Parts: sequence; structure tokens; C-alpha cells
Amino acid sequence: MSNQRRYTKTHEWVTVDGKNVTVGITDFAQSQLGDVVFLELPSPGRKLAVRESFGVIESVKAASDLYSPVAGRVTAVNDKLTSKPELINSDPYGDGWILKVELTGDLPGDMLDEAEYKKVAEAGAQ
Amino acid sequence: MVDFGGWELPQQYTSIRDEHLAVRKTAGLFDISHMGRLVVEGAGAESYLQGLFTNDLSPLAPGHAIYTLMCKDDGGAIDDLVVYREAANRFLVVVNASNREKDSAWMRKHIPAGVSMNDHTKDMSLIAFQGPRAHALLPQGSSATDDIPYFAFRPGKVAGVPALISRTGYTGEDGFELFIESERVGEVWDAILAEGKTEGVLPAGLGARDATRLEAALRLYGNDMDETVNPYEAGLGWTVKLGKGDFIGRDALAKVKEDGPRRRLIGLETEAGNIPRHGAAVSHERRRIGLVTSGTHSFFLGHPIAFAMVEGPSLRVGEKVTIEVRGREAPAEVVKLPFYRGSARSAVTPAKS
Repeated sequence: MSNQRRYTKTHEWVTVDGKNVTVGITDFAQSQLGDVVFLELPSPGRKLAVRESFGVIESVKAASDLYSPVAGRVTAVNDKLTSKPELINSDPYGDGWILKVELTGDLPGDMLDEAEYKKVAEAGAQ
Repeated sequence: MVDFGGWELPQQYTSIRDEHLAVRKTAGLFDISHMGRLVVEGAGAESYLQGLFTNDLSPLAPGHAIYTLMCKDDGGAIDDLVVYREAANRFLVVVNASNREKDSAWMRKHIPAGVSMNDHTKDMSLIAFQGPRAHALLPQGSSATDDIPYFAFRPGKVAGVPALISRTGYTGEDGFELFIESERVGEVWDAILAEGKTEGVLPAGLGARDATRLEAALRLYGNDMDETVNPYEAGLGWTVKLGKGDFIGRDALAKVKEDGPRRRLIGLETEAGNIPRHGAAVSHERRRIGLVTSGTHSFFLGHPIAFAMVEGPSLRVGEKVTIEVRGREAPAEVVKLPFYRGSARSAVTPAKS
């Protein structure tokens, strides 16, 4: 497994380093949400199933559920988002990461690569 | 882009946060050409409009504007609007985009012989340059505006282009609404942004417009009031001049005033993250008392704010209520309106006229 980003149809991304997965939302997702003002995130230790709702992201426009792209145990949450939720908008693939999860089993088989996800995002933008 | 009363408008150009803060700290430029612009003129224009509107136009001198409501017989609000008196018998009426056709139809139904009404929404554009520094940042080739008081207007030039320059707005800040021939409005838009860029002037979209108007406690028709809401309930009783003579809705409104409104619009604030959304239930001591009519996160104040229409005896400032947010009860507190008082009224001392 490489550090290359993998994506879901529901606009999350992951990078994988051994069993450790970093989770965030995509640039397309942040642009659709608009200015993010608040995130409700789980505590470290929580176990997540694939596609389980783990929190809420609230932008000026709307509140949306966040879904886990993988199964595993939360090892860290990005505390910086509490005081600076706008990091999701300004750096969705960097400082705007949301969770770190220790993977249980493998990545789901239906994750998308960059080119596949780009098609999903383009279709969503229309 | 979002559909707003049939007009395609940007929610934001870059970021609601940046645009909102630009309006509060420097100035922002809004395209508000979606607002309806109707010109009413003729010998009986004043008495005609007096019979339709709740506010009193008779003391209004040419070159001055007034905020008013237009109500049905039962006192329900058809629209809220601004009336500009251009001459003794000529008025410019600016209405909400989503109500333009409804308002025109209603006004035509009552129009007397000798008065004409023409819709100039498309040939005349409207942009709003709003912020504490808007006055100082008008571009080269603009008329002096020092002596235009709040809620007054006059013809002049902005960036060399003829414009009706009005010291009005929907943000709580000092600034201008500029009526400009549609063919040339682009020149003015570009000049304001080009010259203001280094000072932090930004084009601002609907998101910033909604947040700034809510902070200033300005009502949005369709959210905070509609035809089932009367002016007293909306907290706009000051626009109803029962003593001015007869007008549509007068009798019903006189009764509401006498009995006291059954419900009223109040201001609420919540903790970070709990943004009250339009339609969310509001409860007091576990009893449901009403609904949120407008709510947003105020980037300027640092927490969410909302209007709610609540029934029963008025709640005092500081009283605690709860609002349904994401399916749970979130604490909220009744606060004084407006949430924020901008530079609008302090800009100039209104001239005695």
C-alpha cells in the first residue's frame, strides 16, 4: 500500500500507511459545502464500521453527516479543527485532515483512484 | 450559483467568511439587480401609494427614501419595500425579487386613472457598495457624497457613469445603493473593485448579504415574514402610521395594535456549531413556542445568531430557550436586537428637511 490518496463516492479521501489510515473530505466536497464553521467528531478509541456516520460537519449552508470510508478504531482526531474549522476549506488534503484510524482488515474494495474520483466529482458538479 | 426568485446569484464569490468580514471592516460590493424596480408617476401618485403602503409618504421630500410594508386587508404583509421620492409625483419603488410579479399585479389592481407604473428592473441595474469605508473608497470620477444623508439619494456619477446614488443598504453599514443603466453597470462594478482591491474591497454574494442583514436585524421577506405575518408581529410596527389616513389593512392593523400581537420576532444566539436553521422548533420551559425564521453563523460575532417567531408573552433579554439543532435540543439565549449595529446611522447626521 502506498501513500497515494484513495477516494469514496461520498467524497471522503484516505491515505494509508501500513494499518494507519488518515481520513478527510475532498476538495470537491469542501467547495460544495462552502465555509465550514463546526465539526462534531468522535473520541479516540471509537470503533467505526464502513459507511458508519461518525460525526457532523456544519457549513454556513447546511449540516452534513460524515461517513467513515473504512472499518477500524479511531486513534486521533484533528483537534485544530475545533478552533479552525476553516482548515477544511483551505487545506482539505493537508492540515484539514479529520481522523486517523487503525484499520481493521483491508480497505473496502470499491475505493476509487484519482481518475475515477474525478469523474464522480465532475458528474456531481453538473 | 443558486436560484433566487428566478435570478441566478452567487452564494459566494470566494468565501462567505472573507466577504462578510470585508463588508464589516472595509467594504463589499453586491449585485442586487434581482430586486424589482417599479416607477410610479402621475398626478395622483402620492395618494395612490399612501393607500397601498403602511408608512407615511407625505413628509417625504424629493431625494429621500423610506422603508415601508404593503399589506393585505387582513394586515398580512404582501412585501416590504423601499420607496424613493424622485419628484412630487414620481416614485421609485424597490421590491423583493421573489415578489415583483405579485406586487405589480396587486399595485395594478388598485391603480387609478392618471397614474402609471413601469417596470425598470431589466434596463436599470442595482449594485450595493456597503461598508464603513465605502464612502471613502468610491472610485475616481464619482460625485461628492458627503452631503447625502442616510436614506437620501441624488443623481450623480460613479466612475464617470451616470448613477442614482442612494445612501441606503441592507447590511447595517454605511454605503450606497447605485442605480445604473444596465448597459454601463459593468464599468462601475469593475472600477469599484479595481480601485478598492488594495484596500480589501471584495465582491460579496448572497451568503454575506444574508449574514450582514441578519446581524443588523433586517427582515427577509419569505423567511421572517410572509402574508400570514403582520407588521407588529414582525417587529415593524414603526412602519405603520395608523393616523395618516386610510390605507389597505389599516382597520385590521389598528385592531392588532390594540390587542397586542399574538406572536413576535425575537433575536437568539447559540453556542458555536449550533446553527439554528429556518423552520427549527423553539421551546421555552419544555413548551414549544415557535420557529426559527432565519439563522446563520456570524463570522463577525463568532457565534450563530437567529430570528425566531414565538407566541405568547414576550421573553426578556437573557432568558433561556432551546432550539432544535440536528435533531437535538440546543441551548439558546434571547438577545437584544440588532445583533450588531454597524456604521449606517452614524455616517452622517440626517439633514433636517
